This record gives sequence, C-alpha cells and structure tokens, in this order.
Amino acid sequence: MQDLLEVENLQVRLFDRTGPVLAVRGVSLSVGRGEVVALVGESGCGKSVTALSLLRLLPASAQISGSIRLDGQDLLALNSQQLRTIRGGEIAMVFQEPMTSLNPAFSVGNQIAEVLRLHRGLRGGGVRARALELLRMVGIGAADKRLRSFPHELSGGMRQRVMIAMALAGEPNLLILDEPTTALDVTTQAQILDIVRDLRTRTGTAILLITHDLGVVADLADRVVVMYAGAKVEEADVYELFETPRHPYAAGLLRALPGSAAARQEAGPPRLAEIPGIVPTLRAPLASCAFAPRCQSATDQCRTQPPLLAPCGPGGDHEVACFHPESAATVSA
Amino acid sequence: MSDAVLEVDNLVMEFRSRRGTGVGRVQAVRGVSFTIGKGEILGLVGETGSGKTTVGKCVVRLLNPSAGTVRFDGQDITRVPRRSLRQLRARIQMVFQDPYSSLDPRMTVAQIVAEPLRAHAADSSQQTRARAAKAIERVGLPSAVLQRLPHELSGGQRQRVGLARALVLEPQLLIADEPVSALDVSVRAGILNLLADLQRSMGFSCLFITHDLSVAEFLCDRVAVMYLGEIVEVGICDELFTNPCHPYTQSLLAAAPVPDPVRQRRRTGVRLAGEPASNVAPPPGCSLHPRCPLADERCTAEAPTFTVVSSLGHVARCHRVEEEHSPRKPWGQAATSV
Repeated sequence: MQDLLEVENLQVRLFDRTGPVLAVRGVSLSVGRGEVVALVGESGCGKSVTALSLLRLLPASAQISGSIRLDGQDLLALNSQQLRTIRGGEIAMVFQEPMTSLNPAFSVGNQIAEVLRLHRGLRGGGVRARALELLRMVGIGAADKRLRSFPHELSGGMRQRVMIAMALAGEPNLLILDEPTTALDVTTQAQILDIVRDLRTRTGTAILLITHDLGVVADLADRVVVMYAGAKVEEADVYELFETPRHPYAAGLLRALPGSAAARQEAGPPRLAEIPGIVPTLRAPLASCAFAPRCQSATDQCRTQPPLLAPCGPGGDHEVACFHPESAATVSA
Repeated sequence: MSDAVLEVDNLVMEFRSRRGTGVGRVQAVRGVSFTIGKGEILGLVGETGSGKTTVGKCVVRLLNPSAGTVRFDGQDITRVPRRSLRQLRARIQMVFQDPYSSLDPRMTVAQIVAEPLRAHAADSSQQTRARAAKAIERVGLPSAVLQRLPHELSGGQRQRVGLARALVLEPQLLIADEPVSALDVSVRAGILNLLADLQRSMGFSCLFITHDLSVAEFLCDRVAVMYLGEIVEVGICDELFTNPCHPYTQSLLAAAPVPDPVRQRRRTGVRLAGEPASNVAPPPGCSLHPRCPLADERCTAEAPTFTVVSSLGHVARCHRVEEEHSPRKPWGQAATSV
C-alpha cells in the first residue's frame, strides 16, 4: 500500500549572509498511516528544516528540490491557496515553543475555533462544542473556562496541550511534532507523551516526531530515521535501532548518554563515550562521508567517497550509510 | 562538620512582587539546609521554579538571602559586607548554563580567562598569560583558541572556556548552574567527563544544579531533590537512584524517559497529577499533597519533617516514609553522617 507521506531525495538549500548552506542533502523517508516515525539528530542536522519544508514554511529564498507526496499529491507543486488547505487541514504541526506559536492577542477558544471554521467548516454552536471536546481530549480541566483564557494565563504544559488541541482540530492525516516537549519539565513531558500515545491509539493519526531526545524516541516511535549533517545516515525499527545501531554516529549517540548501559558497566570512575569534533556546516556537496572527521573507524575510502544508504541486517528494512558499519557484536560489547 | 566546605542552614529567599500588585511575596526558597564536604559534588535537582538556581545565587551572594545562614569554610558569609565579598569570590566560582550569553563577545578567550586573575591575583602580566594558557590547556582546548573571540567557538568549546575562567583561580567551591543543559548529547558527554576529571585532579567541591537526573547520577556523589522551594530528599547517588523514597523523587525518576524502548514501554510508576502549586501561596502541610497519589488528611494539615532512611545519610521529608521508618530522628543528625 502507498504510504501516507513519501519524501524522495529532498534537497534544501538555505542562504545566510555568507552564502548557501546545504541544510538537507537528499533525504528520503516515508510515514505510513497510523505510524509514528521519529526524525532524530543533534542541532543543525536538518531535521527541523526537513519538517518545515513539508509544509513549505521555509523562507522564500530557500531552494527545495526532490518530491514530497502526501496521499499521492505532490506538495511541492501546490500554489499558495492550495497549500493553505493542506496546512492545518491535512498536515498539522506542533512547535517546540508554545508561547511564541500561539497568538497572544486571541483567546484559546478563538484560536481553536479558527481552525474548526477554516478546515472543518463548522459554524455556530458546533464550533464551541467541538472546541470543548478537543480541550478535554488533551486533558485540560475546566475546559469551558479555559476557552476564554489567553496564552499568557497558561503554564508551558497547558499551552502545549492547547497547541496539540489546535493541531487536532483540523483532523489532520499527519501530525508533525517538532520537539514537542523540549521546553517542558520532565513531569509535564510525561503527561504530554501520555496524551500523544493516547491520541495515536484513539485517532490513528500518523505522526512525524522530530526530536533530539532518545528517551522520547524510545517511548513513542515505531521507526527511527537518524540524520547527520543534512543527510539520513540510518533508518530502522525502533527496537532494532536501540539494540543494534549500525552507523558509528548513531551508536556513539547512544553511548554518550549518561543513562546508557555503557556508561555504567565499566569499573573505576565512570566515563561517557565522547564524539570528538563538531558537526560540519555544509556549503558545497561533499565528496566524502560527512561523519568521517569525527569517526574512529574512518578509512581513506570514507574520506574520498560519500557512502550511500544500503540495507543491512536480515529484515531488509534496516538501512545505513556507512562503509564500515558497526556489527551487532561491537555495539553491545 | 569540620571538613564541610559549605554549610547552608535554613536558607530562605523571598522576592517581593515587582510592582506591588498585591500578588504578595514569592517564596522561592523556603528553609533549605545542606552541606557540601571537601571534594564532594552535591547535585541539586529539581524542575523549573523549584528554587535550585536561587539557592546557587544565594551561596555566591549574587542574592542576599532573606533568612538563614550560609557558612563557607567555617565562616558565616550571609552578612559579609559587599567590599569583603571580593575576597570570597576568588574562592567560590560559578559556571552558567548559557555558554553564549555568559562570555563577553568583545573579549578574546585569553582576556576572558585572565580576567579573574587580574581581579584577584597580584601576578605580573607574564604570569597571568601563562596561567590563562594553562587553564585553557586543562579544559582540553588547543592554545590557538586564546586569540579567538567567543563567536568563533562552538557551544561545547565556549562552555570549556567558561569552565577555564571559573577554575583559573583554583577555587575551593564551584557552583555549576545547568552547565550542560544547552549542549547536544555528544558534546555534553565531553563536558561531563571533563568536569569529573578536573574535580579529581583539582579536588574542588561542587554544587551542581541540574534538572536532569541522569546527569546528576553520572557526576554527583550526593543528590538533594528540591520541590517548591524545599529539599524533599537527600541521599548518596547509589542509594537515591536505586531506592528513591519520596513520592516526588519517584515520580521524577519515572517521568524521565529511558533511552531503551523495551524498558521504557514496560515502565509504570507514580505519575503526578497537575502542575506545581504557586510559590506565592504554597499549599499548607506537605507542599506536594495536591499532586501526590499517596496523600491523606495528615499531609494536607501537617508539614512533614525529615525521616532518616538509612545510615548513609539518606533522608526524606514525607509522612508515608516516616510511617515506614519510625522511630524518627531529627534532620541535623542525618546531615553529619555523610
């Protein structure tokens, strides 16, 4: 069956004061109906730019190529009017910072009602009834009172719940969550993750989850795409990725976590695995592996030739872009 | 208590609402006591608004506490006059969360790291340069960065510069306020390893303020958990993380997702309802009771005191814990045992 979202060879070129930056370099990914796919990577790896390009929310100067298909429809071919029905209708997005993404001048009820009128065609009393229902769905108590609240009267966790309610108001097929809990405390994060998990089982909405937090990935995702320097370096089922990461970068990230098994095992003073060096900013296409300067297994081949994504492992749905992928044995050692 | 570098006793910090809008007083810290031994790293863990940063600021006297005492190296520094603070600050240094805003963008790295020396040490300019260069080497940066400006460095490199500046005077106590929270995982690992190494080689004591339990577990000897301006549980790391007693600590540990889908999806645990109460009007009795699944009538009326949970100085402030571990001992005895 055709996947809900199919992104092929997405390339995004942004411009800053010093010239072009290759923010996304040929990323392909898909999200099936009802599936939760996590897009993981550190600052500057291109995960948010990838998400923004799906909704064409990048600056006008950005150059996007490749193809983005939602239900078979090419999003890159749409004009701005057609895009408006997609945004908030077919695809809804929840951003990291709920304070800056809600409009401070309008009440919560007003902002949810706007989505319901635009995308669901509701009018009159139906709008209010549905807005109340949505607020209850995301666990907001005293919902009728909250409809009249303004964003500044709400806590961070409350605002993020409102953002999720707004995103759901359009009954989207695809929900993009861009670092939805990064600005929140852990106890609030746990509540929001509970809501997302619950929504997913109740509505069957497909989710593209963008995060740097591997704990959140472990909690929610079905499949994981790991990005590094604008490219996809590994993709696998969530259980497989955490158990046998094959790309040295993905494996290194897991070992660098303070809570990881590797940090605890060793005798003597505990140490975390470090990944030396920094992520390169790409101004021109690379003729090598982007991770090679930081990689312990790098050879001359890695420095002269970019590795391509290829299936690895028995299932065939685990892909890695590396000439010297880690074997299952070295990772667990 | 003789080898305690820092003794904080019943610290209270109140802020008046900004425009006297009748909102009243914000009680950011409500009677916090703890000690830090020589060469010890104490983690102060809590969520936004728990008062952990305010405690750190009171200790370096960036804030003047409303009540309570802070003793540093045996000396009461709570009411030391402003001009004598200068001496003190050579011995207590601070590292901040944001490596971007905590370095002056117009100073070179060499100037940034030399500034504490110019303020506190009577070195010749040649000695100053040498000491700054040594401090930069100690934090694992190449000497070439000395001539650079902060904007030319990555976040991790900047945080290393911040650490070099804090340690160049070889202080007895380092206050580190969320020093790795703004950093990516791969960079964070390097800074945490470095902090652990430097502590072992230089022997300073450290108050490590963080919201991240896994970071505290990795780095700290002992951890104090704060909620709504109070410490609710203290223990050595090994014990606190394997046997958390306070419902708040338990829920914090249960709420932080672990990077392992098999374990994460099997986990069940205490889930706190709602959000922290306001610290303008903290709830009566135990401050956690409106959110606590274990709360009963006693919790709404009577504030719990510390109960000693183990001989290793593990204490928790909770009626349920007390009922399990009677007879109870006062908090003062517990503090001395680690």
